[in-house]
Amino acid sequence: MNLEKVVFGFFIILALTLNFGFFLGEIDNPEHHNVYELFAAIVVNLIATVLKFGDRTQTGALLLATSLVAVLQLFAAAAVWAYAVNISATGLDGMMMASIVSLAGGAMLANVISVVLLIADTVNLRR
Amino acid sequence: MDKVLFLFLRRMRAPLLVLMAAYSISITGLVLIPGVDDQGEAWRMDFFHAFYFVTYTAPTIGFGEIPYAFTEAQRMWAALTIYMSVIAWLYAIGRILGLVQDATFRLAVSQQAFDRSIRRLSAPFFIVCGYGDTGDLLVRALLRRRKRVVVIDINQDRITDLALSDMDYHVPGLCADASSSARLRSAGLHNPFCQGVVALTDSDDVNLKIAITVKLLNPELPVICRAESLDTERNMQSFGTEHVINPFETFGDRLALALHSPGHHLLHQWLSSVPGSDLPMPLYPPRGRWILCGYGRFGKAVHQGLRREGVTTVIIEEDPEGTGCSSDCVRGRGTEADTLQQAGIDGAVGIVAGTNHDTNNLSILMTAHELNPDLFVVGRQNKDDNGALFAAGHVDLVMRHSEILAEAVLAHLTSPLLPLFLKLARERDDDWANELVSRIGAVTDDRVPELWTVPLTADAAPALLQRLRHGTLSLGQLLVDPGRRDQQIPCVALLLQRGDGSEKLVTPDDEVPLHPGDRILFSGQSSAVSRINRALRNAHHLEFLITGKDQPQGAIWRHIAQRGA
Repeated sequence: MNLEKVVFGFFIILALTLNFGFFLGEIDNPEHHNVYELFAAIVVNLIATVLKFGDRTQTGALLLATSLVAVLQLFAAAAVWAYAVNISATGLDGMMMASIVSLAGGAMLANVISVVLLIADTVNLRR
Repeated sequence: MDKVLFLFLRRMRAPLLVLMAAYSISITGLVLIPGVDDQGEAWRMDFFHAFYFVTYTAPTIGFGEIPYAFTEAQRMWAALTIYMSVIAWLYAIGRILGLVQDATFRLAVSQQAFDRSIRRLSAPFFIVCGYGDTGDLLVRALLRRRKRVVVIDINQDRITDLALSDMDYHVPGLCADASSSARLRSAGLHNPFCQGVVALTDSDDVNLKIAITVKLLNPELPVICRAESLDTERNMQSFGTEHVINPFETFGDRLALALHSPGHHLLHQWLSSVPGSDLPMPLYPPRGRWILCGYGRFGKAVHQGLRREGVTTVIIEEDPEGTGCSSDCVRGRGTEADTLQQAGIDGAVGIVAGTNHDTNNLSILMTAHELNPDLFVVGRQNKDDNGALFAAGHVDLVMRHSEILAEAVLAHLTSPLLPLFLKLARERDDDWANELVSRIGAVTDDRVPELWTVPLTADAAPALLQRLRHGTLSLGQLLVDPGRRDQQIPCVALLLQRGDGSEKLVTPDDEVPLHPGDRILFSGQSSAVSRINRALRNAHHLEFLITGKDQPQGAIWRHIAQRGA
């Protein structure tokens, strides 16, 4: 067993699961989506991105790309949230929540691809 | 992936992780710890404000407690945040600074910059391997002729010299072993703009390896090599190296030429010196007995040249057995008066100081000059730095290694017709050479004239080819001075080679008709280059040169002119 692989897999899968947890629930209901979960998803996604730095293989490049997409989407979601709470006149209403969750949904898709790539790579190793 | 970016990302992995951990722990704490707002009610910081607080606290900017004054619990956490995040930043910045100074990283950066400048080259260029005295002379001369150059040298100091030197164009320099094929490839061996490779390094082996590499990887590309032993020279020629230049033999040959015919020697000097430098003076080496000090590679080449001209020589050599010197040589260095007297300096007419040691050469020349002031003195200068010393001594002819090499390479690279012309010129007599020298002297000021080749092709001479389709044109008509039609522009046509190679006319007359595909070698002032080019490209200008009349250019004026006639 390789500790590096454990840590690497842990963060990539945790990024997906947290993202999924935030995404779950009615899309426009703020009650169903926890801001702490979004924060945790962003942090874990960032860590996963940095862990993917410096891998020169084709799979490595693709993994990094999916992580960058996920981080970008989650940042956008967080920015919308901050705008809704602090700047917008209407506050965190259903429309705002829906756009936050759909952005997080996009990030989740990228995370799913990331995990699929990780599994495909592991299966290909055959050892 | 990009090499520099890859290195950066790999090294920055740990600092970035530490930074992220510090930020996320700080933000989480700030959000979780309860606070009090300005109304005294319970309040919790949201993520936006927590992120804002950490963002300005971590780089020690510190805007204060925003949006409400902190409680004691929040202040405790804020203190922890400051220590954590500031240390994380210091660590990250330290790593970045360390990385920037790291030798591997700098090498990667410089290689990437070099690769980029090669990719961006969009003009014909040459690869010069070895940037010593010769390389420097050659690069400058090529740049003056608007050719681009890429330099490879194994010595970092020389590449630094190159970067510091004042050049008209940017010359990309790579510090690498030029005999490695990967390095040659990265210097642009496969670039479509690459016009040739020049191998000038000190080592014959390296030059040989370069020649083989180029001939195998890109056989179309011409290679010019420096070779100092006959063995290497033959080896290089065996696989099709275009030109092999042996500086010693070149000089021995020149000296023999000067003895044989001063006119030819002067012509040779004028045409092969670097354009724009001072015009060399004519030399009249005397016939009689010569003394030759040093019988190494240089001495052997000079000896051969002198013997070909029937001049008797006495050799002074420190190690006659080791150098394979004939039995009747004087043993010694030649720096002492008695050795020179033993060699018969009183009755000699010339002396060649040809050891590979500049100080000894100068000492020989000074001693010889004292013993016999009428001697014709030839000195071999090995290092460029000693130029001032040789100029101060009474030396009639100085053999500068670097200059001879650079001139020979330059002639091959920029005017391929010149070697052919010089070969054909040797068949003529001394009077012919003297006459040509005075003709060239008349069109140039006291600087070495420019030398250029004009090809009559569709690219270079569209107007002239159009004219030749329904008429004839002689060389003289092309060279008419448009301002004063009874005169010619300041240049001399040295050689006209027909496109099919059937005819090679040395110093063609004004009446010689021009044919499409001809190549003409000119020598003269640099202003003549653009004037001839104008006649080749501009039909109206060419028409004016032939008829002396300004033809109407527009359709209406042409119509009016025809009606009027």
